[in-house]
Amino acid sequence: MTLWFWIIVAAVVAFFTKLLGYLIPRRLLKNPRVVRIAGTLTIGLLAALTAANTFASGQHLAADSRIGALVAAAIALLFRAPFLVVVVVGALAAAGLRLLGFP
Amino acid sequence: MSFGALSVASGLTVLQTCVLSILLFSGGSQFAFIGVIAGGGNPIAAAGAAALLGIRNAVYGMQLNALIQPRGWRRFAAAHVTIDESLATSTGQTEPLEQKRGFWVAGLGIFVLWNIFTLAGALAGNAVGDPKNWGLDGAAVAAFLALLWPRLKSREAGAIAVVCALATVIAIPFVPPGIPILLAAVVAAAIGWFGYRRGPDGEGMEPDIDPYREEAP
Repeated sequence: MTLWFWIIVAAVVAFFTKLLGYLIPRRLLKNPRVVRIAGTLTIGLLAALTAANTFASGQHLAADSRIGALVAAAIALLFRAPFLVVVVVGALAAAGLRLLGFP
Repeated sequence: MSFGALSVASGLTVLQTCVLSILLFSGGSQFAFIGVIAGGGNPIAAAGAAALLGIRNAVYGMQLNALIQPRGWRRFAAAHVTIDESLATSTGQTEPLEQKRGFWVAGLGIFVLWNIFTLAGALAGNAVGDPKNWGLDGAAVAAFLALLWPRLKSREAGAIAVVCALATVIAIPFVPPGIPILLAAVVAAAIGWFGYRRGPDGEGMEPDIDPYREEAP
């Protein structure tokens, strides 16, 4: 139930964030510092999510097949593979390493 | 497709997954939400990460408001389909009419496709059983890296990514799941705020980039 609640909260917040750009005076969001923080936040959050999904196991750090997925995805991205291909490569790497006996 | 499957693997129901795609409709934020849940984080942290990742959409909205100039109810529709792709398609055109057309075609088209594929992915994810055997946790890692990758266009962007990833890893053993991601957001905002004097718009910080062409909004 609480999960549903926060899904709806996230959706409402996301919509009003978007709408904000259409409603408030331009000069407020044109502030280059605000634009810059929106950019650094996006990069920082995506990097944090990458790291957490690679190394976190609950509240512990773990080194397992997900590291292989990270490396494989990076290689795919170096070859300019499209999004869906990168995701599949990550899945194959993790599943393959587990087949070989890695945790 | 990948969002639907990963969302179900993280523990959301098919319906919850589809509601995220219909109502939240912002690929980065949706992935952030399920990414926190998948790590055992609580839903508040998930909503927080999603909200912070959506802040860039306000900046997009401002740019698009100037380009598209929607009136009345169209304003609300335009806001909902304000995502990376519709912005990129629109700002990629030079003629005002083409800009409007590009925005609406990309925004509405991706909205429809994204939701169809979310449902397909969620149903597929539901059918496969233990997600770990299929490497779905590896797929999540790959998805986040792929969302991040196109933004690493400068040395500063790369440095921010490394610092925030390190902050996350250091924080993981000490705070509940999900919180390290919010701490990294604080670090990123601080870098944005205090590093401002070195130049207002570093490479990769500008919002109007085409971050991921293939699938996600």
